[in-house]
Amino acid sequence: MDLKLKALTKSIWVFHAATSPCNNCDIEVLDLLTPKYDVERLGIVLVGSVRHADALLVTGVPNYKTRERLKKLYEQAPKPCVVVAIGGCACGRIIFQDSYNSPCPVDEVVPVDVYIPGCPPKPQAMIAGIAKLIKKVRGEK
Amino acid sequence: MSHKVIIPIGPYHPLQEEPEFFRLYTEGEKVVDIDIVIGYMHRGIEELAEHKHFDQVAFLVERICGICSSSHPYAFVLAVEDIMGGEQNVVPERALYIRTIVDELQRLHSHLLWLGLAGHFIGYNTVWMWAWKYREPILEVFEMICGNRNHYAMSKIGGVRRDIRDMDIPVLKKTMDDLVPAVDMFKGAVMDDPVIQARLKGIGVLTREQAIEWAVVGPTARASGVNIDIRRDDPYGVFDKIDWNVIVEKDGDVFAKTKVRILEMYESINIIRQCLSKMPKGEIDANIKDVPPGEGIGRVEAPRGECFHYVKSDGTNRPIRHKIRAPSYMNVASNKVAAVGGTISDAAITLAAVDPCYCCTERLIVLDKATDKKLMNGWDLIRLSQEKTKKMQEGRL
Repeated sequence: MDLKLKALTKSIWVFHAATSPCNNCDIEVLDLLTPKYDVERLGIVLVGSVRHADALLVTGVPNYKTRERLKKLYEQAPKPCVVVAIGGCACGRIIFQDSYNSPCPVDEVVPVDVYIPGCPPKPQAMIAGIAKLIKKVRGEK
Repeated sequence: MSHKVIIPIGPYHPLQEEPEFFRLYTEGEKVVDIDIVIGYMHRGIEELAEHKHFDQVAFLVERICGICSSSHPYAFVLAVEDIMGGEQNVVPERALYIRTIVDELQRLHSHLLWLGLAGHFIGYNTVWMWAWKYREPILEVFEMICGNRNHYAMSKIGGVRRDIRDMDIPVLKKTMDDLVPAVDMFKGAVMDDPVIQARLKGIGVLTREQAIEWAVVGPTARASGVNIDIRRDDPYGVFDKIDWNVIVEKDGDVFAKTKVRILEMYESINIIRQCLSKMPKGEIDANIKDVPPGEGIGRVEAPRGECFHYVKSDGTNRPIRHKIRAPSYMNVASNKVAAVGGTISDAAITLAAVDPCYCCTERLIVLDKATDKKLMNGWDLIRLSQEKTKKMQEGRL
């Protein structure tokens, strides 16, 4: 396995990009850090800049303004960078697909590796998603 | 102002959860002006609502904001019930109690959430962790009553979707009992702590006159001595049948805003306890089939302030106009006076002190066609809003 990928699966640093969500997925992402779920014990840390991140968590349905920012964020991230789409909006735009201000789903802007559906997904689902992501990167079945 | 330096905050910044963009104009350490650029969260919800039928709109407006996801549907169903003759005449009494309980549970979780984030902003990560730890039992109660931790989907036109089962009530009561010592702890840890007092007192002051002039609502206004609360002034649910107090502080600084929110949590616990003991048995839904033509308004005291919905119906199954005004819309603009004059290091907590919720706020996009770029300040937005109302009064919209 690529050394970079091997290092990536040890301790995933995540950056959280909210592209016009309703805040719920964002709160649940923050909830992961607080005592009940505490993902830092698994080596997952929320970082302040995408330049330090191994994974990009995307919530919400991109609008015309955030779509360009999301592209830029992905370009700035060091590669390999995995992208996780959190919530129904990021996975498939659900109720907002007819909106005049939602040009495309997340996976048409950046390549998405893991989809975690739900409105919002439960923190347990997010942890399970990250666990599957690690397995996928390692090439395990 | 030759030495003016612009400090950009955002749109993606570790300080904030939501993408929004502040420009702080500074001279030395002092903030002399501030620009707030929004539009990163606009999803066109008002327009979407006009293409969905009334039952679907309740789900749609819930997704305006994940934190006040009981207030928006509640205000919407109040507006629709206003067309049909008022909430108190349409909705069964038990449903009123259930709506009130869910509304107050939401206030508890929102205030704890804010308290945690405020602690995080001033470098008190312990407060953040503890506040969010005690927020978890409330989310579990929500999951028990509504089936979801966040989007509750309780309000529907003419009642509520789910009953609170008898077996849930002892759990709810016990959660409230367990929460009181936690709030006591926060009261002691935040309000009696000399460091927090030194850090928050006299910071981001919004005087009573300024609060009225900038038309702020909710805890932001109550912390500045403006005694307004929709729950008392225009009662909905069962707030008029229950004994509770409006918390008002005079100082208008961040400490007063914190104090208002902490003391409001006691009132919320008190309201939920009274509701649980007074709740009658009976129907929870009036089975409304049609919405008559007409127009109605719904006002709800969301955790951040007054949440306003206007619905116009023409007798079909869709609203022909749906207008939303969220509390942060007014509160965020007041940063123009609250944050200016302070230092850069205080800007973060001052901007956060109004508990801004941008996904609630963003209702419109404005582009100047000549330059394709125009920054709207609070007054411009208010002017546009007033013009729109005028157009609607004249029947042009």
